[in-house]
Amino acid sequence: MAVTYLDFELPLAALDTRIETLRRARERGAAESRELRRLESERRKLERTLYETLSAWQRVELARHVDRPQTLDYVARLCADFFELHGDRAFGDDAAIVGGIGTYRREPVMVVGHQRGHSTQERLLRNFGMASPEGYRKALRLFHTAERLGIPILTFIDTQGAYTGVGAEQRGQAEAIAHTLRGMALLRVPIVSVVIGEGGSGGALALGLGDRLLMQEYSCYSVISPEGCSSILYRDRAPENVARAAEALRLTARDLYRFGVIDEVVNEPVGGAHRNPRRAGEALERSIAHHLAELKEQSLASLLARRYEKYRGIGRYLE
Amino acid sequence: MVRSEATSAELLTRCLECAELVNRRTLERRLFVCPQCGYHFRLTADQRLRLLLDRGSFEERDADLGSRDVLDFPDEPPYGQRLAEVAARTGHREAVLTGTGRVDGVLVAIGVFNFPFMGGSMGSAVGEKLTRVIEHALGERLPLVIVSASGGARMQEGIYSLMQMAKLAAALGRLRAAGLPYVSVLTDPTTGGVAASVALLGDVNLAEPRALIGFAGPRVIAQTIDEQLPADFQRSEFLMKHGMLDAVVARPELRRTLARLLRMLNARAAVRPADDGRGARRRPGARAARRRRDGA
Repeated sequence: MAVTYLDFELPLAALDTRIETLRRARERGAAESRELRRLESERRKLERTLYETLSAWQRVELARHVDRPQTLDYVARLCADFFELHGDRAFGDDAAIVGGIGTYRREPVMVVGHQRGHSTQERLLRNFGMASPEGYRKALRLFHTAERLGIPILTFIDTQGAYTGVGAEQRGQAEAIAHTLRGMALLRVPIVSVVIGEGGSGGALALGLGDRLLMQEYSCYSVISPEGCSSILYRDRAPENVARAAEALRLTARDLYRFGVIDEVVNEPVGGAHRNPRRAGEALERSIAHHLAELKEQSLASLLARRYEKYRGIGRYLE
Repeated sequence: MVRSEATSAELLTRCLECAELVNRRTLERRLFVCPQCGYHFRLTADQRLRLLLDRGSFEERDADLGSRDVLDFPDEPPYGQRLAEVAARTGHREAVLTGTGRVDGVLVAIGVFNFPFMGGSMGSAVGEKLTRVIEHALGERLPLVIVSASGGARMQEGIYSLMQMAKLAAALGRLRAAGLPYVSVLTDPTTGGVAASVALLGDVNLAEPRALIGFAGPRVIAQTIDEQLPADFQRSEFLMKHGMLDAVVARPELRRTLARLLRMLNARAAVRPADDGRGARRRPGARAARRRRDGA
């Protein structure tokens, strides 16, 4: 698979090109393997330093990476069977949020998540994962179905935010998000939520009121985009200011773990899930299985009480 | 947000809508509604409480609860300093006032956003104060009234601000499960994270005329869209037309409307015990106590 490199990954790209050339040459029997090994070792070193010292902004870029696995990619890895469900039964079907019933470890599970799309065509169809009210209403409909049937819920968060168009406002974007949040808080089944890419503000949160909230290593979660924050703080979106804003917002998985907002940082392959989707999926699968198993042990009363206390307890103030 | 002209010894105020000069005393007498064009000037939380509650009935709760610069946010001036300055200017420690009071005799738990305090923005302290007043409503089986005026989540507290939406939606969920009524009053402006959590979750949603209400701020929409926006886009009347509000109520009618609604909504809720352990338990004697208090 062709890899899309980010700007800060260009030194790595240069090495990869040389390594690739050498490999081809070796296949033809035209090159010695010592040079190849040297380059490969150099690459590993570079990779380690590069990804250990990522800035907040670089992490945002990775979270938004076009090749990064999305909800349906993980569904394909996690679920033996999956049937996608469509529509909010009131207005339409929003392709920016996908959902359906699947089997996971031989048990049924309801999966709902943002889907940004991979190809240009798919991205347009899915409005780049920016959901409209009918998307959130579909999500809530599926949550209620799962609740009625006693099926646990899995949500994947990956959006730059809810859509901000005229139609979305007309159909009650704010109401749809608020309603979904309140609905999730009361669901009488276990919920595991995972930020798998960008967690952009209220549009992300609306699928995120889980009993367990996880973030993949190179995902981010923020009240406002770094670009939006930069516009307010520095009155422009100059790259250096956007990077400063990203730093200021403390939006990385590690930050949120330190704040006690999330329950676990799920490891990813070095360089991001798209570098090795299979391994990323395995790590994610292990975490989800662990948390779901724990939640299934809890009584309903305890599940609901703990979910309430989890969000009730978030906040730092003086009094 | 009432800006006075420096002329005429501060006695004239220019209407922000029709630009008419209005006598300050006339304006006050008319509850800050422009006598020429009906524009509703923004009110502070204190003015709002005087407008809605019976005189002297407000008992504030958690007045000392305030924000702190938890992220060490690189704002200019620094967030901590801004908080101190705005507290000194407004006389309040946070962008919401909460407590109990009476609307035409009906005891309510109430939260009122204070727009002059950093645009009524919601951080940890606003979320905590509102959650506590919702929990107080649950514990005492009181109806809830929240008057919104907010630009949304407070950027300076990052993810903590965002998570207040979850916290409040969960608290309102408990209120709902306990069978207690919630009347939301949306005033100019109610946008972003406040619109997308507390403000549009009322059993009854009321709004003042021409109030800006929406998810995205108008600037964001303008950046996204190059089409012509509808004339009343994101105004109360627009939301009313699209089914998001129960009524648009002019300010002079607001208190009476609220009282009428509360009497009807609360008639049974105040005495009904919680049924599933998700809400509050009924206190013995609460019914009799309430009857005595309300003189009903």
